[in-house]
Amino acid sequence: MQKKLYMTAGYNTVSLGTGRKEFNPKKERPGLEHYISEAGKGVVKQIGDADKIDETVIGNFMAARFNKQAHLGGFAGLVDDKLEYKPSLSVEGACASGGLSLVSAMRSVLAGTAEVAISIGVEVQNTVKAIYGADILAGAGWFQNRKTGHAYFFPGQFSDRAGVYYEKYGFDYARAGMRQWFVNAIENARLDPDAQEHHNATPDLAGLYDKMKPNGKAFVDHLNVLDCSKVSDGASGILVSSELGLQKLGIDKSQAVEIAGWAQVTRNITKDPVDPVELTTIKKAAEKALNMAGITIDQVATVETHDCFSIAGVLSVEALGLAGKGQGAEYVAAGNTARNGAMPMNTTGGLIGWGHPTGATGVHQAVTIWQQLTGNAGQAQINIPANRPYGMTINMGGDDVTVVAIVFKRG
Amino acid sequence: MTYDERLQQVAVLGAAGKMGSGILLLTAVEMADISLKPENKGKTFVLNAIDLSDEGLAGLMDYLRVQVIKIAEKKTVWLRQMYADRAHLIENYEIIDQYVNDVLRLVRPTTAMETAYRASLVFEAVTENKDLKVKILKQIDENNPNNAWYFTNTSSVPIHLIEAEAGLNGRVLGFHFYNPPAVQKLVELIVTPDSNPDMKQFALDYAKALRKIVVASNDIAGFIGNGHFMRDALYGINQALELAKNRPFYEAVYLINKVSQDFLVRPMGIFQLIDYVGIDVVQFIMKVMNPHMKDENLHSSLLDQLMEHGVKGGQQSSGAQKNGFLKYEKGSITAVYDINKQHYIAVEEFASSCDQELGALPSGHKPWKAAVRISDKDSHFGPYFEAMKQADNLGAKLAVKYGQNSDAIGRKLVSDGVANQDEDVNTVMLTGFFHAYGPINKYFA
Repeated sequence: MQKKLYMTAGYNTVSLGTGRKEFNPKKERPGLEHYISEAGKGVVKQIGDADKIDETVIGNFMAARFNKQAHLGGFAGLVDDKLEYKPSLSVEGACASGGLSLVSAMRSVLAGTAEVAISIGVEVQNTVKAIYGADILAGAGWFQNRKTGHAYFFPGQFSDRAGVYYEKYGFDYARAGMRQWFVNAIENARLDPDAQEHHNATPDLAGLYDKMKPNGKAFVDHLNVLDCSKVSDGASGILVSSELGLQKLGIDKSQAVEIAGWAQVTRNITKDPVDPVELTTIKKAAEKALNMAGITIDQVATVETHDCFSIAGVLSVEALGLAGKGQGAEYVAAGNTARNGAMPMNTTGGLIGWGHPTGATGVHQAVTIWQQLTGNAGQAQINIPANRPYGMTINMGGDDVTVVAIVFKRG
Repeated sequence: MTYDERLQQVAVLGAAGKMGSGILLLTAVEMADISLKPENKGKTFVLNAIDLSDEGLAGLMDYLRVQVIKIAEKKTVWLRQMYADRAHLIENYEIIDQYVNDVLRLVRPTTAMETAYRASLVFEAVTENKDLKVKILKQIDENNPNNAWYFTNTSSVPIHLIEAEAGLNGRVLGFHFYNPPAVQKLVELIVTPDSNPDMKQFALDYAKALRKIVVASNDIAGFIGNGHFMRDALYGINQALELAKNRPFYEAVYLINKVSQDFLVRPMGIFQLIDYVGIDVVQFIMKVMNPHMKDENLHSSLLDQLMEHGVKGGQQSSGAQKNGFLKYEKGSITAVYDINKQHYIAVEEFASSCDQELGALPSGHKPWKAAVRISDKDSHFGPYFEAMKQADNLGAKLAVKYGQNSDAIGRKLVSDGVANQDEDVNTVMLTGFFHAYGPINKYFA
């Protein structure tokens, strides 16, 4: 890289939706404006003065349909008057929109048009019932496939992948891994007060999971609802800064993370995945980002991966090279991805446990890694060994179509 | 005529009423689902929604739209398959809209009863009045060339009387939904010795398609549901009058209502249930049933007196509870009617002394909402009622007697030949009245 890039001053709102005690689908809830504003102000508060921010990038997927609101760049001024009359734009790449907003901010800093840029990811999805939300989220796929797709389009896509995985490697074998993925997600979410599943007090999570057999008549053939991330409202914000920017902000490097490597890779949306039991785009993006950082996955202390579905969690373990093909389920079932395992993943719950406000997720992942590497993760803090000072995020849009992979290093 | 053909021309009488609107909704949805089957493409399905009230019919159409949307949202997975050949229906909302349209286009809201003359199947849900039912069904059948089948929703009138007086010769049966029909799982099915076997089979198939639990009741006034409820209500009223000999009437009503709800772990107390059904309706059903009862008098002067005072209970069209024995504010009981002074006395004035007199709930008590979800009921209610029998307080004593009486009513329904077996009585009370345990049990022996 031409110059060093850092991230700092991350902030998450609560991920609001079913599971949170304060969530009531019948009552009016905070809107898009609230979330953008809260996340942005949460960042600005840590640096004292928004004047030091040169550019705003908002990552969002489908506010145009969920909230009938486009043109989100125009909301920068709502965060702080000092962001008005500066560059501000929104970017979209389905559920990778948050990751794209980070990448967009990084490019501005690399290009030298900004020293400090704020990236805010946001999505407010509880405005419609899940059955209509499924229509909106299906926009992450190729619309020409919508007619033949499932009512719950994306669960349908990943159910198909799970079905092939069951066939190839065995149903019980696969479910054991997916079950452990779910259990880890909830247990980690309980440690983060902002997580959607923070209040989840179910004593026997594995037992609950086993009770809920996939039922194609009511939902999709190969997944139950516990295999899926929920419908969430939320936003996250973080600063992308140059070294000079950090000095201007007066933030010590110990309170920042350095971007060691990154990749943004996209596959052809009009084609079916080459291999239903491989997340090929994630695999390519992860390799590229690790190469750029000049490290191997063993040097990474923790990964935030895009588990919109438990099967995506298992497959991403394989795509990252942590387990061989078909061995991801076993790797997860053995506890390797748990917070005390060989490779702690999604330490604040990930998409299944923390929540999945689609356009915010990529930014939320970066905030979590920033928290972990700087010792700001509170109750959810894990140990970062000195010989593995790296963290990594994998943010996926659509069915492995747009992927943003970032490798972070302790500052 | 096949099942599908029978459902091509249907009429619902009293379609805008509380029961009629639910029957109409379920039937419209069933007809629409049949019409979507490939073999029925191009066939016409008509559901005549007949009612005296134009305003009621307008409200009915609003109700239908809202309910059908909810139903469609729950079965979109299936609907996508049904509309797979409709290329322009792509997103869920488009499919749901189309389905709502396909259900509503079957329905013909009308005040003209003549539209039932062409029906093959007629659901009757008019006022609980035998003479009115007979008059309407007779008129329709005399003008209907289709040998139509008639499903009456009566909760109390013996079917053979309607059959004979309307001249329906084996073409009528009792198909008694519980309120609200769209939610309640129970249907009481009553046939007569002359009932057409094909009609009975159709009724079972139709109930199955609606995912209803069918309990066969014999053709004795009140059937199983009201057979139990009316006697249980009368017992509660008489118990309250007994208590009222030594204390104010309103306190007695409060005590018995509390015993029947909390101590007996029922969804509502007996006086709240009477209010919910309507004091007028309860009075009327007793009046319908009483002439058919030997050795007992199903009548309450207290209900007559309340009616004279204009205290009727029942629901507002919005679904809110009207005042009856009890006064309701936002669904909560706030006062009790004083029959002597003819006004309501606030509960807070006397509740704590009454509660003290009743004493504590027996140990192991779980409120109805939690108890109804327990899978092994015996292991909970066995010890609970055992503790109740040991407890030395007024509440427990009244509750044990109440439970014993409820049990006796249930057993009498079987020995009188209304129900074929104990289990049928219990199924009706569990599914139609949402009791947490069947009235026929060993708990109060």
